[in-house]
Amino acid sequence: MTTAYALIILPIITGILSLFISSERLRRNLLLIVAFTHLFISIVLCKGGVGELNGVWIGLDHLGRLFLIITSLLFTGSAVYSMVYLDKHPHFDGPAIAGLRMPANSNAIYAACMQFFLAAMTLSILSMHFGLQWIGIEATTLASTPLIYYHRNRRSLEAAWKYMILCSVGIALALMGVFFLAMATSSHVQQFTSAGFALFSGYLKVEWLKVAFIFFLVGYGSKMGLAPMHTWLPDAHSEAPSPVSAMLSGALLNCAFLGILRIYQVCAAVPTAAAFANEILIVFGLLSLAISGIFILHQPDYKRMLAYSSVEHMGILALGVGIGGSAVAAALLHAVGHSLVKASLFLLSGNILAIYATKKVEDIKGLLRHSPLNGVLWLAGFLAITGTPPFTTFNSEFAILRVAVQSHNWTVAVLYLLFLLLVFIGMLTIFMHMTLGKKGEAEVDSASGESFWQLLTPVVFLSVALLLGLYLPEFMRDTINGAAMALGGKAL
Amino acid sequence: MNTLATLLALTCLFLLGSSRLLVSIRMVAFQGFLLGILPFFVSGSDHVGVAAIILSLASIGLKGFLLPKLLTRALFESGARREIEPFIGFGASMLSGVALLAVSSYIVNRLETTAQIGSSITLIAGFFMVFSGLFLLITRRKALTQTLGFLVLENGVFATGLSLGSEFSVFVELGILLDVFVGIFLMGIMLFHIDREFDHIDADRFNELSDLAFDASEDEEVSE
Repeated sequence: MTTAYALIILPIITGILSLFISSERLRRNLLLIVAFTHLFISIVLCKGGVGELNGVWIGLDHLGRLFLIITSLLFTGSAVYSMVYLDKHPHFDGPAIAGLRMPANSNAIYAACMQFFLAAMTLSILSMHFGLQWIGIEATTLASTPLIYYHRNRRSLEAAWKYMILCSVGIALALMGVFFLAMATSSHVQQFTSAGFALFSGYLKVEWLKVAFIFFLVGYGSKMGLAPMHTWLPDAHSEAPSPVSAMLSGALLNCAFLGILRIYQVCAAVPTAAAFANEILIVFGLLSLAISGIFILHQPDYKRMLAYSSVEHMGILALGVGIGGSAVAAALLHAVGHSLVKASLFLLSGNILAIYATKKVEDIKGLLRHSPLNGVLWLAGFLAITGTPPFTTFNSEFAILRVAVQSHNWTVAVLYLLFLLLVFIGMLTIFMHMTLGKKGEAEVDSASGESFWQLLTPVVFLSVALLLGLYLPEFMRDTINGAAMALGGKAL
Repeated sequence: MNTLATLLALTCLFLLGSSRLLVSIRMVAFQGFLLGILPFFVSGSDHVGVAAIILSLASIGLKGFLLPKLLTRALFESGARREIEPFIGFGASMLSGVALLAVSSYIVNRLETTAQIGSSITLIAGFFMVFSGLFLLITRRKALTQTLGFLVLENGVFATGLSLGSEFSVFVELGILLDVFVGIFLMGIMLFHIDREFDHIDADRFNELSDLAFDASEDEEVSE
């Protein structure tokens, strides 16, 4: 139990420390050490049996394990990438605001907020209590806003403001949901956790539960980037520094998704509420797919394209859970695949930005010639994100489709395929335009995007995504199946 | 109890009709103070304890004094004094406020048939505050007023939770309060930056990031 608390408290302490460390080298090494320590402790915790950690406040069930490992892994990858990223960008010294003394420069704030961000995400994953989880998810917004504003220009300021306002309002609504959920309790419910509720599902007041679910979905859904509450997402993800974008897209969206899954777990135990929740999830999922498909077509900015692709994949997750059965397990597997692949793509987009110094698709040609390594990885990432075999994303997307067809959800299946096709076409034109073409059409600085640290994480993550597609290890299958069962689904 | 709830609703109506930003900030501060003492009037004795007093003092200190002070400072730095031309005029806003109040009491009346509610007047006030907060967020141009709107919304959520009688342990309540405080604090800091970067704090003039008018940002420096 104490190790679980250490997982949350350690990054907070080191984060505060990094605000006061003046040596750039030391600060970065500290970030790396924290990342690997966090990953190590997470793995150790997840190796323990289920139920070892099962408190009123903090616990680690199958769902928690899955998301904890993804988050920790992604943070480590981003921290490794940050090593070189911070070198390439000028930082701002001195007090940021007249009158408010900031002890450190923007790189110190970056390192500190990254660690606070990690602590907040860990808290939101480990917390079993709905109130505590709310605190964690709101804290992720607070910790990540300064990260989005890292570049200190108008665009990043606008993105950070939108992010802050929209997500905070959304999360405030989720807090209403928490209060409504408290109304659904009966005297039997001792613990304000999903397991505590599910245990006495027969005594819950279904009407209040449904109201609570809607508020949770709208609230955490706006953080997760489900359409139509996604409007902040493309701005924030495209303006943030690439390692932060990778974290936002790969890890943070999952945490918000987990927030919805926790209440879904309660609904799943009550048949009428489950049917209601499934319907809404399917509608939001399809809507997200549709919106992202429309905006990816002819998207002029490749980081925004990646952001819309996140909206698409969040839609797939919601859809998978909504369809139910083994699609729930497939959706969870998809969350893993999406995180790995999208983080790689965002990091690669940082390399491309370093090489070409532009985010516009039309100005980028011949990536394969200018920087073969980045070009090949970028194409591999494209194949992975669009769900091409043998990547793991194919398996999960296909499994969701299979369940939709088997349960005779024809409308859903057809629309799902249609939107996936739309996204595929949109992304294909963009990726082809960027990678193909002759050399020498634009001024480039190939060397700045090809260092070891910049390529390490994408290579590792994409390889893992590929390997998971070919072979799903036993422990992972067990974790995913266990989580899916808790959500009322079937094993994969 | 009912007096407090009525006062809370009145502060919201006032906020909807006020164009002076400084007065609005003070009104929100007053609202924060009212909310801080509200727990002692809800359902009597079982709320009074050391933890409840600490929570209440923290709430009054943060929402009633510290945050308003920060926002006032942001206001003076920016030189803006009034909300100019909101999307919905002040008179119309107040009328909408009355309509929202009616909607809130309708909802609460409907709820009362299905559940036992501790205090329906407070619940009406809570819903009304949530609605007014959202209304301010949507219809006002200044980033500062949007911050106020968010604060009113949070206050409303807090009042709703209180009147539904759903209470968590004091640590959770303190955590929620801390989150809200840091959130508003960050928004306050961003107000300084917005003022410096844009020479105005009109959030509606944020238009550099949009998929519908992307060409507008051609000359912008590459931000990475």
